[in-house]
Amino acid sequence: MAETAQARFASVEAFLRHAALLKTSPEATQRRVLVCLGTGCMASGAREVAAALERALAALPAERRVALNLCMKKTGCHGFCEKGPLVVLWPEATFYKGVKPKDVPELVERGIVGGEVIERLLYVDPKTGKPVEKYGAIDFYARQTRIAMRNIGLMDPANLDDYLLRDGYQALAKVLAGWSPEQVLKEIEQAKLRGRGGGGFDAGRKWRSCKSAKGTPRYLICNGDEGDPGAFMDRSLMEGDPHGVIEGMAIAAFALETREGTIYVRQEYPLAVEHLERAIADARARGLLGERILGTDFSFDIQIARGGGAFVCGESSALMRSVEGKVGEPRAKYVHATDKGLWDKPTVLNNVETFVNVPRIVEKGAAWYASIGTARSKGTKAFALTGKVKNTGLVEVEMGTSLREIIFGAGGGMLVDGPKGAFKAVQTGGPSGGCLPESLLDLPVDFDSLTDAGSMMGSGGMIVMDHSTCMVDVARYFLSFLTDESCGKCVPCREGLYQMYRILSRIAEGQGTEADLAKIEDLSQAVAVGSLCALGKSGPTPVLSTLRYFRHEYEAHIKEKRCPAGVCKALITYSIDTSACDGCGACLAACASDAITGTPKKGETFQINTLQCDKCGACAAVCKRGAVAIS
Amino acid sequence: MSEVNLGDAPFTMTIDGKRVEARPGEMVLAAAKRAGIAIPTLCEHKAVESFGSCRLCMVEVTKAAWKGWKGLMTACLYPAAPDLIIETQSERVLHVRRNVLDLLLARCPDSTLIQRLAAEHGVQQTSFSVREQPDLCILCGLCVRICESAATSAISTVKRGHHREIGTPWGGPPPACIGCLACAHVCPTGHITFEEHGATRAIWGRSFELQRCAECGAPLPITVEQASFLVERQALDASYFSRCESCQRRATAQTFGRLARWQKLGLTQEPDARQEGGKR
Ligand SMILES: Cc1cc2nc3c(=O)[nH]c(=O)nc-3n(C[C@H](O)[C@H](O)[C@H](O)COP(=O)(O)O)c2cc1C
Ligand code: SF4
Ligand code: FES
Repeated sequence: MAETAQARFASVEAFLRHAALLKTSPEATQRRVLVCLGTGCMASGAREVAAALERALAALPAERRVALNLCMKKTGCHGFCEKGPLVVLWPEATFYKGVKPKDVPELVERGIVGGEVIERLLYVDPKTGKPVEKYGAIDFYARQTRIAMRNIGLMDPANLDDYLLRDGYQALAKVLAGWSPEQVLKEIEQAKLRGRGGGGFDAGRKWRSCKSAKGTPRYLICNGDEGDPGAFMDRSLMEGDPHGVIEGMAIAAFALETREGTIYVRQEYPLAVEHLERAIADARARGLLGERILGTDFSFDIQIARGGGAFVCGESSALMRSVEGKVGEPRAKYVHATDKGLWDKPTVLNNVETFVNVPRIVEKGAAWYASIGTARSKGTKAFALTGKVKNTGLVEVEMGTSLREIIFGAGGGMLVDGPKGAFKAVQTGGPSGGCLPESLLDLPVDFDSLTDAGSMMGSGGMIVMDHSTCMVDVARYFLSFLTDESCGKCVPCREGLYQMYRILSRIAEGQGTEADLAKIEDLSQAVAVGSLCALGKSGPTPVLSTLRYFRHEYEAHIKEKRCPAGVCKALITYSIDTSACDGCGACLAACASDAITGTPKKGETFQINTLQCDKCGACAAVCKRGAVAIS
Repeated sequence: MSEVNLGDAPFTMTIDGKRVEARPGEMVLAAAKRAGIAIPTLCEHKAVESFGSCRLCMVEVTKAAWKGWKGLMTACLYPAAPDLIIETQSERVLHVRRNVLDLLLARCPDSTLIQRLAAEHGVQQTSFSVREQPDLCILCGLCVRICESAATSAISTVKRGHHREIGTPWGGPPPACIGCLACAHVCPTGHITFEEHGATRAIWGRSFELQRCAECGAPLPITVEQASFLVERQALDASYFSRCESCQRRATAQTFGRLARWQKLGLTQEPDARQEGGKR
């Protein structure tokens, strides 16, 4: 099949014929060994595992291989990086985690050839303590609805035919087979797709206003800057389903009648660039991009632009300046990018996840899409779930799923047992998002509910916090990030966020006054309305939301000079609870400040010299008996 | 640079309850200024494009059609449009302005300009932490923008966020600088300084020779680099910058004297020039 597979599709019919043929080919029924080679799993050694697997499979006798009808696929990220390297056997959907090269012989012998299940490599359900065999039976996946991430992990992103086997480019073919651009526009409008990059702006409306703006050419840009620390859904999509991004853009380009697209990829995502480049080249070679796509009059091509390296470069106007080769700084103009964007021409900028939804909408229809989610937020949203939960990773759920369902369902609940480990807050929306308390756990998550609650959807960051987290410290941390990442162009953001950071630091150091709280609230209002771009406008959110829901914690720092979570160094002291201490001396060895005195011996105990103590917490971390007290 | 096609006819809008005439393509700030309504600004200057960085010129904008929704906009960048209703002194506006000035005062406590503006808004002293080792730079960016539009982009902003500053390539004397002083003249707080002694001028750590009068040798108020830059950029004749003002005046007077004499002789052209033309 190799030769015909590489040929350029001369027409929509030729493409459809090939796709249909593929589905009946041996390839379609092959058993797959799916090895995750996402950035996360690679960091934990997936490349070595893949190499070992490749060798072991190649070493099997030829007739064995044929009989087994096996192929190995290097896939994109399954979103469960914490458990990597991951190997999944398909179609039986056996899920192996934490696979090491030394596990490979057994995995091949018993698992693949022998058809046994290797229990020690299975995921263990933290609730029941029992191993779970099937991919779909693991809470983390069972509780998800994957539309945007439908392909990731299940195919080889570098293999176009693999994408076709998963109905890839069917939506584009459908559109090219007879839809008008207007029809596509209408479909996206009716699907009520909203942008996934942060603002939740109606995508159909954006496309429509670009189309009706004066001036040509029109430009199409995909925002793959993903500057939120901890977020990696866009990276996973670009790495794991690059053709999905390309197909979404091609359909958008058809609707907008434009020929030029750009994907702006964050500097730190070399693998995403590599996969996108490969996918673009393959799509071009097969007539799915470039001149006269599938033999029709529609031509469209995509180039890749590398990010400017700053968080603010993800902001619409800054991104466009950066693509133009200028400094990536937001531009103040009361005119939309859909009128004057890139090179002052009408431009549509959408997020990676927004584009990936497009083919699915075309394929299954606007009505189907609009039936998922809430009244004003349709479809699903991918979240990067992290923090103090058992399962961290990428979680895609229907809009309207409650925070509780995400955190205690897919997330598997709180990481640490006991009162300190209990749920305290969840931070959503990235660095300029907000913290929501336990009383809002049943909040159905969508664009508007989060905003109303004083936080935001942002690009989908979700950090779970327990009682070992201090909310003043959290607000201060995000403010320090934003102070550094502000471009510094406008006064309220540059000077205002900095002063807010100063005030928060004072409070954390026990130097705060009640007037500080009034001051910071007043300043927050001015920064929120006075700043030039959305970074500054949303910059005060971490402070405002923690003040709204955790004011008592600020007050404890100010009035009682106490940090209830035991985090703010200036307000805590470490001591050793002699009744719990067994004299093992682990703390003595761990202390880098020579602040602990005593002799390691059974029956002995230790003292912490508070003056010398650096409050680094190393002793508390090593003490197996929990004898280090923080007050 | 109008965003909406309004034709060319002037129209009216309301600023602080007053009917104000505005022209298509102009910004709210310009229309207000013409009508004698003062809106404070720091980063705006007629010689450069508006930038919207100081946020001092914010005004509250609405329209009857907006059903009560009001937005805070920077007057320097918000295009004038028929039937806008603008407030330049609303509580929200003053709140932002006070905070901006309070913040700038913490940044530049020694700037008399900021002190005066802040005082006008009831801020006598900053309520924030004063910057350590403050200077007079408010980061309005005027210097960078004027250098970009009128000279050589010799300076730029460097670093982000609170560490942003006006800088030169590698922090040294800027190689592209022509010593034209545009930045120093446009700086509203006097942060950018220069010195001139005899025929040398020093700015940004560089020293420039002033152009000298070809006749009397007196220094001209323009550097050698600046003269050649202007000659090239404006396609001027090099002789344009070769004489000082008084020598230029003398030369002009002599020319006029000669002209008067030829006219008496009934000639329309200088005899020498005619000869030159004949030679060609
Ligand atoms: C400081 C800042 C950073 C941003 N970073 C990103 C980003 O990394 N990726 C992204 O898609 N949108 C980002 N945005 C939002 C974009 O400005 C823009 O709204 C979005 O890309 C539009 O796409 P959408 O409508 O599909 O969401 C950022 C906005 C701000 C203010
Ligand atoms: S709000 Fe912040 S990031 Fe945006 S332009 Fe102003 S200083 Fe730059
Ligand atoms: S004058 Fe500075 S923002 Fe308008």
